[in-house]
Amino acid sequence: MLRYTLKRLLIAFITLWIIISITFLLMISVPGSPFNTDKTSNETVQANLEAHYNLDEPYFIQYVLYLKSIATFDFGPSIKQPNQTVNDLLGRGFPISFELGMITIVVAVISGITLGIFSALKHNGIIDYLAMGFAVLGISIPNFILATLLIQKLAVDYSIFPVATWASPSHMVLPVLALATGPMAIIARLTRSTMLEVLTQDYIKMARAKGLSPWKITIKHALRNALMPVVTIMGTLLAAILTGTFVIEQIFAIPGMGKYFVESINQRDYPVIMGTTVFYSAFLILMLFLVDIVYGLLDPRIKLHKKGGK
Amino acid sequence: MENILEVKNLHVTFSTYGGNVKAVRGVDFHLKKGETLAIVGESGCGKSVTSNSIMRLIPNPPGRIVAGNILFNGEDLTKASEKRMRSIRGVDISMIFQDPMTALNPTLTIGTQLIEGLVQHHKVTAKQAKRKAIEMLELVGIPNPEERLKQYPHQFSGGMRQRIVIAIALICEPELLIADEPTTALDVTIQAQILELFIKIQKETGVSIILITHDLGVVAKIADRIAVMYAGKIIETGTKREIFYEAQHPYTKGLLHSVPRLDARGDLKPIDGSPPDLFSPPIGCPFAARCPFTMEVCDNVFPVQTNLSHHHIVNCWLQDPRAKKSKSVRITVDGRQPT
Repeated sequence: MLRYTLKRLLIAFITLWIIISITFLLMISVPGSPFNTDKTSNETVQANLEAHYNLDEPYFIQYVLYLKSIATFDFGPSIKQPNQTVNDLLGRGFPISFELGMITIVVAVISGITLGIFSALKHNGIIDYLAMGFAVLGISIPNFILATLLIQKLAVDYSIFPVATWASPSHMVLPVLALATGPMAIIARLTRSTMLEVLTQDYIKMARAKGLSPWKITIKHALRNALMPVVTIMGTLLAAILTGTFVIEQIFAIPGMGKYFVESINQRDYPVIMGTTVFYSAFLILMLFLVDIVYGLLDPRIKLHKKGGK
Repeated sequence: MENILEVKNLHVTFSTYGGNVKAVRGVDFHLKKGETLAIVGESGCGKSVTSNSIMRLIPNPPGRIVAGNILFNGEDLTKASEKRMRSIRGVDISMIFQDPMTALNPTLTIGTQLIEGLVQHHKVTAKQAKRKAIEMLELVGIPNPEERLKQYPHQFSGGMRQRIVIAIALICEPELLIADEPTTALDVTIQAQILELFIKIQKETGVSIILITHDLGVVAKIADRIAVMYAGKIIETGTKREIFYEAQHPYTKGLLHSVPRLDARGDLKPIDGSPPDLFSPPIGCPFAARCPFTMEVCDNVFPVQTNLSHHHIVNCWLQDPRAKKSKSVRITVDGRQPT
């Protein structure tokens, strides 16, 4: 297990390094600079500023400096946000984004699996058709369209929920709904199809031959096996939810990380771009690692590590 | 001896888009306490459907028991509620499945799968259940039972898994064990071991066994009586001796001739043709189209039952006194009528 973790950690670092390099290449290939704004400023001032942030150095030196800052977890000060370091921004934005993301995942997984189970048990019944019709809608509608629809109907027309921001649980309902519907629909469809397959397996028949109740058979014997593919796509879904938060945070004016991420790119705030990218990447890599561990816990046949060089 | 199980005029039909498949069309048989009855026949003849009907494990829809009675210790299982059936399954009647590689849940330990039936039906403590599980693994011949309980199915070989399936089936001490092709998926040496195990278990527990198989070698080893099924009907039953040495139905004879023998020369003699379409089964004898002795009556009327001895019953018009030289008709080595 330890060896496996170390191996994964090494791969994680290589992945991160590749992401950093690509981000750096993209940053320098995009024209413009943080100081190249509408307000024309004195050229000497600009040169001084660039020197202050090491932007006058050759690209290679800048690259090394970036790597150094990342290695020390100190992304430096933000160029555009006065008196704030990137770490400050991350510290403020991440907990909110994390909350939004986690609630979304929990909602999507629980409701998706429940829908999938009922669809499979009532195969070709009314519940099945309704749930699957709903799932097709959920997959087809992009979350930003759903978000604006929800705001128009539930917030503006009927005033059930607040229009935007992130303060109380009632503020969370609409963004979570907008963000969770897509993944929930995917999970529901996947759970249904694997459940249907698992329910025809011999071990389910065997469980019935033992005289177990349908409920026990579903939860103990079928669901555990049906969850394997769901866990497999969890990694992809996590990435989708994570990137979805950028858009949703913009729409609902939620002060999370997504806001800084998008703003920093528009403003060429290089340290913030680098900081948020690395942070998001690291977080996603960690999540994928957790998914793999859960995979091994669910199915004992999957060995994460090899014993004694076998 | 009293009958533990009586199946009377059982009809099972599956509704499909193409029409109704009449998989079992009026099956009658009985089973005595402590007896082993083998139901033999080729694929699709309805033997598994019959055994699943006894457990009421026919997927419904599409399958349905449309007529008949299944009397288990006098109680009609065709009329029992699903709840009553759950209390019978695994407790009074147990089942062993064909493929041990898929019959065990890959994500649960052997111990969990062994004791869950016991815990479901009897009030036992975790400790008692574990002791019983170890006892069962010892009975079916698995070494280090205490260690093995914590392992998963993939850590066992095919033969070992079938032993575990048998242990699971027996843990609640059922009166009737239905084994649906229990050795088909195993290689020959393991088959012999599993059959020995059946004989040992029957001697020790006195359980009655219904053995579903198409392997006559298996039948010869452990059956007391044999029922031969063809196209959803039982066409001949008798003791092992009566079927192997005095078979009267041309299909039974054909089956016996299809088995490779070490002491016989020449080619294997398969039965020509294929079984009838069960969407629209023939009104007469279902074997008529393939039978070398077909008479006019065979196509139009299902043969009446002829009792040749106390156990030996055959459904064939050749047994009718009006059939010409019926008793003297013998199948030659090549399986055809001598002319």
